[in-house]
Amino acid sequence: MHWPIDLIILTFVIFCAIAAITVRDLLATAILFGAYSFLMCLLWTVMGAVDVAFTEASVGAGVSTVFFVAAIFRTSRRSRD
Amino acid sequence: MKFIALIVVSLTGALLLYGTAEFPDWGDPSSPASLHVSNYYIEKTYEETHAPNFVTAVVTDYRGFDTMFETAVIFCAGLGCFLLLRDFTGKKEHFYRHIPTGVILHVKNGKKKLTTGKEFEYMDKDWVPHDLINKTVCRILIPFIQIYALYVVAHGDYSPGGGFQGGVIFGSSLILFAISYDLQTLVERIKEKILGILAATGVLIYAGIAAICMPMGGNFIDYGKLAPLLPAGSHVRALGMLGVEIGVGIAVMAIMAIIYINIVSEGRHDEGL
Repeated sequence: MHWPIDLIILTFVIFCAIAAITVRDLLATAILFGAYSFLMCLLWTVMGAVDVAFTEASVGAGVSTVFFVAAIFRTSRRSRD
Repeated sequence: MKFIALIVVSLTGALLLYGTAEFPDWGDPSSPASLHVSNYYIEKTYEETHAPNFVTAVVTDYRGFDTMFETAVIFCAGLGCFLLLRDFTGKKEHFYRHIPTGVILHVKNGKKKLTTGKEFEYMDKDWVPHDLINKTVCRILIPFIQIYALYVVAHGDYSPGGGFQGGVIFGSSLILFAISYDLQTLVERIKEKILGILAATGVLIYAGIAAICMPMGGNFIDYGKLAPLLPAGSHVRALGMLGVEIGVGIAVMAIMAIIYINIVSEGRHDEGL
């Protein structure tokens, strides 16, 4: 009986995705992408794909967020569109 | 224009959602994906390879080519980052903090470098904050992160995880070191040359273990043929996977550090977050 958890996480994933493309602050977008990755990681775990979840947690939520933040640190924080 | 784009995106999304209606259910035993090879893997993997985690077995043994070229792709990403961003023109000015008093020195002649240590430490021009609590906590935390990374690599064929994840965790511990201390501290501890050599070594370990199988009488990535090289009675294919995982871990660790250092310092390797 884990389908409600599934649906709740999916809803959050969609919210995160929409928020990430609407927010104008790029730093916020990077953090939202991190949250998105973490929720996807939870979703993989619920589905039983633990290896994929592990990769998602370490690469998606961890290192890629850091790379985004580093890139924003060297460019600009505001998006123009 | 935006309105048209919205319509196009919505239509494509609706089409894709409509397409998923034909998909088999999640975990459906009669779906095409789980009819042919999956059963073979589930039944035979442990018998053949003695690796309890058969995801790792599939990834590094049965589908070893994929993982080898994935590692090569990661290597190319690091190489591309290096070639595009690396800037060898050093900066002329440096900032140092005198630790006991907190006085800040501005050295304008770039040739002279102060020796850092108990008395002086580097300071970035772009990123001044400096926090004793952060430093101390990260100094305590980093060894545990690194040991966990090694655990993940070493238990690749027993539990979830493997070379890639372990390497990423190890690399992120280096990044944490750079963030909590200073980019220069990291660059001095691990030279750029060593990182490059480690990245290439990792890929070479993978390709090397796979290639050794050929003179032993097997195909490329046929770890079973390595048996004469190892003590009798060992699970050869599981050990082959472990070696390959270690190679992947080394390569990924080095490349994560290379990418981070090059991005955050615009290729100058002097100061960053």
